[in-house]
Amino acid sequence: MFNLKRISTLASIILLCIPMTTSAEEIKTSGGTAMEQSEIDKWSITIYPDGRNLPDGSGTAKIGKPLYEDQCVDCHGVDGDKGIAPRLVGQMGYQEWNPHPLLALTVAAWPNTTTIFDYIRRGMPHHSPKTLSDSDVYALTAYILHLNNLIGENDVLDRETLKEIEMPYKDKSFSAWDLEEGGEIRGKPLNSQ
Amino acid sequence: MHVVKNKTQDQVEVAKGGLLDRRRFLLSGATFLSVAGVSQIASQSHAKDFSKFPDHMLTPGFPSEDYGVPSEYENHVKRLPEEVYGSAIITAAFTPLDQLNGIITPAGLHFSVHHNGIPDIAPENHQFMIHGLVENALKWSVEDLLNYPMVSRFHFLECSGNSAPNIISDKPLDWTCGHIHGQISGSLWTGVPLKYLLDEAGIKPNGEWAMCEGADSANHVRNIPLKKLYDDAIIAFYQNGERIRPDQGYPMRLFCPGYEGNMSVKWLHRIEISDIPSQSKDEQSLYMDVTSDGRIRQYSYTMEVKSVITKPSGKQGLPESGLYEISGFAWSGRGKVNKVEVSADGGKTWANAHLEGPVMDKCMTRFTIPWQWDGKETVLVSRATDEFGNVQPTRADWVSRFARFSHGHNNSINSWHISPEGKVSNIYV
Repeated sequence: MFNLKRISTLASIILLCIPMTTSAEEIKTSGGTAMEQSEIDKWSITIYPDGRNLPDGSGTAKIGKPLYEDQCVDCHGVDGDKGIAPRLVGQMGYQEWNPHPLLALTVAAWPNTTTIFDYIRRGMPHHSPKTLSDSDVYALTAYILHLNNLIGENDVLDRETLKEIEMPYKDKSFSAWDLEEGGEIRGKPLNSQ
Repeated sequence: MHVVKNKTQDQVEVAKGGLLDRRRFLLSGATFLSVAGVSQIASQSHAKDFSKFPDHMLTPGFPSEDYGVPSEYENHVKRLPEEVYGSAIITAAFTPLDQLNGIITPAGLHFSVHHNGIPDIAPENHQFMIHGLVENALKWSVEDLLNYPMVSRFHFLECSGNSAPNIISDKPLDWTCGHIHGQISGSLWTGVPLKYLLDEAGIKPNGEWAMCEGADSANHVRNIPLKKLYDDAIIAFYQNGERIRPDQGYPMRLFCPGYEGNMSVKWLHRIEISDIPSQSKDEQSLYMDVTSDGRIRQYSYTMEVKSVITKPSGKQGLPESGLYEISGFAWSGRGKVNKVEVSADGGKTWANAHLEGPVMDKCMTRFTIPWQWDGKETVLVSRATDEFGNVQPTRADWVSRFARFSHGHNNSINSWHISPEGKVSNIYV
């Protein structure tokens, strides 16, 4: 039925012998293979809002501008606006030049700077992701923040400085999981009870 | 066809506009009329000669194919292109809900939305990892996990952007049900409960969140509370009995019942256990909501109670006045559907529809109610309530809570206008 080498004997006995009413909680498995630390490090590309996992390297908006014009401008538009891809600058809301609901959104309203670095590094440019160096990613992140008047063109972004920059919408963001659900699996949202 | 144009004594009206008591109606022996799609009306003009044996009774048929496909006469039943966004941001295909019945969607017609296209992944090139705040960082091959104990569950999957056209557009768009509401589908999902794998890795006491990452080109990420993963999430390998298809995450996907679709991360390859969420790109933009007072509402996971009438629905037609079966489905991301009310007078009076069992947790439930149409202009409405008493809001209530461009999680009441000519079209009530 199951690969017995991969599943513990206890689980197999429970699965094969106990009637259907037995709680599934008693199943224990042991088929995973231990990961080496070097392997974990290789795959750990996710950046957290406290700066966790940010790599070495650095960049400024001044360095980022030519990179942007070479790699990003075709989709995101000159100065991060009026492209076919999401807007990088400006206020949220419908745009007169294209009242497209997704273009109502803007990176300027993202609550966290670390997410900009994270997403450029994992997913950009769209046609060839994961080809930019970490310093290139810092420089492009700096260029987007500079376009939004949040940093100067020579301000250096690195693993220490990036997380210190406050996005305008940080204070306006909240977690519905915490505030509306109380951090629990619920039948009704808290505010409706 | 025997057409009942006038109510008999067995046809008891349970709400105004001609909604009938189902049990007494069934006893009356009256016959339903057929709702017609646009193309069906045109084809009715071809009268057939049934006085001779048709060809298919005079020659042997063909053998089975290796993998069967629908009848060539159903070639018009296809997924629908995404027409709202019309940009390079996402690609999508919607389920033609008005062409289907029951509560299960064929895998090839399941809706599908992608941020970075559909990756082509050979199973031997895929591995699944759990690391972070765990006692033992572990990895598995696809084959390892295919040998694990599995469970099968019927669930809906709905994109948070489903029914967005009815929010975005100030005037109701004259589209089909599938075009407006086709980002929901239902399947039997089979896979390994996440809790087995999380327990095998051993969660450390400060582990509360799971950063779940796909193996697509931009590595889609959603952060999910471990409480949810322990509650009812699985890694799905099979959909309706066969291995999941590339556009559903082959070789494996996360499945989080009742949560907005993109949390069921396709092509799942890595979970990092953490004390906080990582604030992924989609948690900053596409899958947050903006409230009417301009705040960013993140991590709003649950697809709330909702219903839609699929027959009759947009772009269909009622050929004449008479008896029809109204049919649709309802669902709730919190649990079971408890009640579906239908109105045939634009929401003034309501009657409870019949719920076709089994009514399952976080699964579509089909509802029906007989309806005597008097040939006059009216509006059909459905309103669902789940087992916890959550009720669908009106569109006006829903819109009042969010910024005008915010369109995720629309679970507001849906309605269809019936013209005196029998034309069915989308309308807001």
